[in-house]
Amino acid sequence: MKLRRDVFQAIADPTRRTIISLVALQAMTPTALAENFDYSRQTISKHIQILTECELLKQEQNGREIYYHLNSEGMKEIANFIEPFRKMWDDRFDKLENLMKDHQSES
Amino acid sequence: MEQKTKIKAEEGKQELLITREFNLPVESLYKAYKDKELFAKWMGTNLLDFEFKEYGKYHFETRSPTGDLMFSGKGAFHSLIPNKMIVRTFEMDVFSLPPQLEFLNFKAITGEKSILTMHIIFKSAEIRNELLKKPFTIGFDLAHHRLEAIMNTNK
Repeated sequence: MKLRRDVFQAIADPTRRTIISLVALQAMTPTALAENFDYSRQTISKHIQILTECELLKQEQNGREIYYHLNSEGMKEIANFIEPFRKMWDDRFDKLENLMKDHQSES
Repeated sequence: MEQKTKIKAEEGKQELLITREFNLPVESLYKAYKDKELFAKWMGTNLLDFEFKEYGKYHFETRSPTGDLMFSGKGAFHSLIPNKMIVRTFEMDVFSLPPQLEFLNFKAITGEKSILTMHIIFKSAEIRNELLKKPFTIGFDLAHHRLEAIMNTNK
C-alpha cells in the first residue's frame, strides 16, 4: 500500500501554500507556476507532486499542456479538520453554561 | 445557525484563538474555572491537583470504566485576575506533546452575558496541528467509553 502523505505537512510549507493560492485563482501549467518563483522548475515540480499526492491539486490535460486545478475535496478536508476539536470545546462550554445556570438558581 | 464556539487557527501559525459567548454573568463564568468541583464537572475529568493560586499546580485525568488512562493533563497557574484573566501552562503528557501557554480572558458583555477568549501559544505550528488532530483519534474512543459507562450503570 502506498502511504499517503500528510495533508497538514503539505500545507506547512510556505512555497506550497503559495502554489495553492495561485492555483485557487486560476488553473495553471507547471511552467506558469514556476515563473512565480525564484526556484528551479524541478523544485516547483516536486512541490506540485506532493500537493497532487495529497489530493490538494488535480491535473487536467488540455491539448499538449497539463493544467493544475484546486481539488475541492482535499481542500474541504483542511477546512474541516478543526471541527472535531471545535466540537469538543463547544460540548464542554455547553456543559459549563448549563452547570453554572443551575448553580446560580440554587444559590 | 451561528456556531457558539469559534476557533481561529491561521495556517502556519503557532497559535490558536478560541472564543465563546455565554449566557452567564462574568462572575459565574470565572467561578466555573476557579472552583475545583465545578471545574471537574464541566471538564468531565478527575482532578488530582488543583491549587488555584499563582504558581499553583493542577493535574487532571480521565480513566475508562475499566481503569485505563485515556486523558491526562497538567500545568500551573501563572497569573490570576478575578473575573478578568487566567494565565496558565498546560501539558498533555499522555500525548508526549510539549507544554503550551494559555491566556484566558473573561469579559462581561452585559450583566447576564459574558465572553471568553482562550489564546493558546504552542511550541510550533506543527505541534499546534498535532493537537488539533487529537480529537479525531480520541473523540470516538471517549464517546464510546462514555456510552459504555452509562449502559453499565443502567443495567
